[in-house]
Amino acid sequence: MKGTHRLAIRGVVLVYLAILIGLPVVFLVVKAFQHGFGPFWSQITQPEALSALLLSVEVAAIAVPVNAIVGVGAAILIARHNFLGKRAFDTTFDIPVAVSPVILGVALVLAYSRIGWFGAPLARVGIMVLFSPLGITLATMAVSLPYVLRSIVPVLLEVGTEQEQAARTLGAGRLRSFFQVTLPSIRWAVMYGITLTIARTLGEFGAVLVVSGNISGRTQTLPIYIYDDWDQKFDVLGSYSDALILALMSVLVLGILAVLRKRERKLRVDLA
Amino acid sequence: MATALDTQMPAPSRSSSRGPSGWRRLRSKLALPLLAGGGGALIVGYLSLIVLIPIAALVSHGFSLSVTTHGAGIEFWRWSVSIGWKTFWSAVTATGAKQAIILSLWLSLSVAAINAVMGVAIAWVLVRDNFFGKGLLEASIDLPFALPTIVAGVVLLAIYGVDSPIHVDLFETWMGLMLALLFVTLPFSVRAVQPVLASLDLESEAAARTLGAGGLRTFFTVILPSLWPAILGGFGLAFARAVGEFGSISLIAGGIGRTTTASYYIYNLTQGFLWTGAAAVSTALLLISLIILVTTNVLSRRFQKRTL
Repeated sequence: MKGTHRLAIRGVVLVYLAILIGLPVVFLVVKAFQHGFGPFWSQITQPEALSALLLSVEVAAIAVPVNAIVGVGAAILIARHNFLGKRAFDTTFDIPVAVSPVILGVALVLAYSRIGWFGAPLARVGIMVLFSPLGITLATMAVSLPYVLRSIVPVLLEVGTEQEQAARTLGAGRLRSFFQVTLPSIRWAVMYGITLTIARTLGEFGAVLVVSGNISGRTQTLPIYIYDDWDQKFDVLGSYSDALILALMSVLVLGILAVLRKRERKLRVDLA
Repeated sequence: MATALDTQMPAPSRSSSRGPSGWRRLRSKLALPLLAGGGGALIVGYLSLIVLIPIAALVSHGFSLSVTTHGAGIEFWRWSVSIGWKTFWSAVTATGAKQAIILSLWLSLSVAAINAVMGVAIAWVLVRDNFFGKGLLEASIDLPFALPTIVAGVVLLAIYGVDSPIHVDLFETWMGLMLALLFVTLPFSVRAVQPVLASLDLESEAAARTLGAGGLRTFFTVILPSLWPAILGGFGLAFARAVGEFGSISLIAGGIGRTTTASYYIYNLTQGFLWTGAAAVSTALLLISLIILVTTNVLSRRFQKRTL
């Protein structure tokens, strides 16, 4: 393309991205530190904020390993086995990210809360899903379901089965061939998926808001705390400060993803 | 007399060798299906727990589905289903619900369209252009994807909110909602097009140029036709995401009727414990997303066939 066209398109793109992403992010930092570092620090170390952070981390500590194991298992089933209903099995993983998080929250309530399908029997054994950390965990597991799976399947398909078969011919058992051949070849993809899962679990808002009931200090995750600060308590500085913490986490996540992509590319070159 | 050879390689006795190897063969034949089947069953159970059962419960509540059996024993198997079309329809066509769904639809449609155009432009800059700071640009595209949605809302209000430092107050306006939706759907539109643009060969473009076509003409007649499937795919993803989006617009919408989108309307219903209405509107929204995804999928496949 001609130089002028090139410059025009570049200009339009840069202005668009500045309005949409650049300026807002810059002003988040400005607003979070508008009264200096002291107020920022006292905002993020408030007891409610810390307990919200703790709950977020606890929920992630359950949801991430479960979804990682399920993701690896399902990826092997999809990439290495044929079975009836494989397509439906594959599609089911995308449902939670394709529908609105609010809808997912409502769906969980209508299945497991007191008014839901299994409400009565669950209540009898003392399991509360609505307004409880359990509900938050279920909602978080659902929204972060497909990321590990989607990161691994393409790699498994590309690597192929030759090396696994070689290992088996050389006498390695199924477990040994999995841990010594399959897992090393997908390790960066697994890490990639886990990083995405962590980002998603720490950030989930809509589904968690519906099931959590927003009880301060008990069912508030960090995103809900940010919402509550802004919308209910009108404590804007608190929202800006904790939003900046989560934004820094996202930047860290993007950095890790970039490193993992590079490793993955190198690994494929090494294997080839 | 036993020779040295004999002691080294004892003749295999039939009974001792056949037993284990037969068992081993059986085990290895069964182990894989059992392991895969067992693991598969566990995963299907997990999927049912967190996805399938809740969605089924939602849809059945939405349509006020009720199954009644005609008694115990053999009569138990005679059952009838009643669907509450009326409750579903009145919940979905309530003034607030209708407004919210229409607002969500036209906002999402325009957002997906704007980002389809900008997505091509951004992808073109990322693939074909080169300048200082392009790496930062490349990295910033994924930020909306990695950023928690509520943080996206706070970030946008930091500059376009009530106390805007540049005096642009988009709080409780449709433009604010649109900005939030443009923000969260941007990565889908760009990343759908970028790899396809990068994989295009430059020869046909060069040919078009040699035959006298200008830059713009080359773009519209050579590059764009092969991008259509990708653009449509990105359009569908962005549209579906925008229709369901909640976190980033929850703060900007404020809470007045004019800026209540469908997902926000559903959330309001849950705050009033109006679960049947929430289920009905959710079911409608679910169907809309499904239609969007299937339609764009079919269209983009048709385009792909035509270009091949």
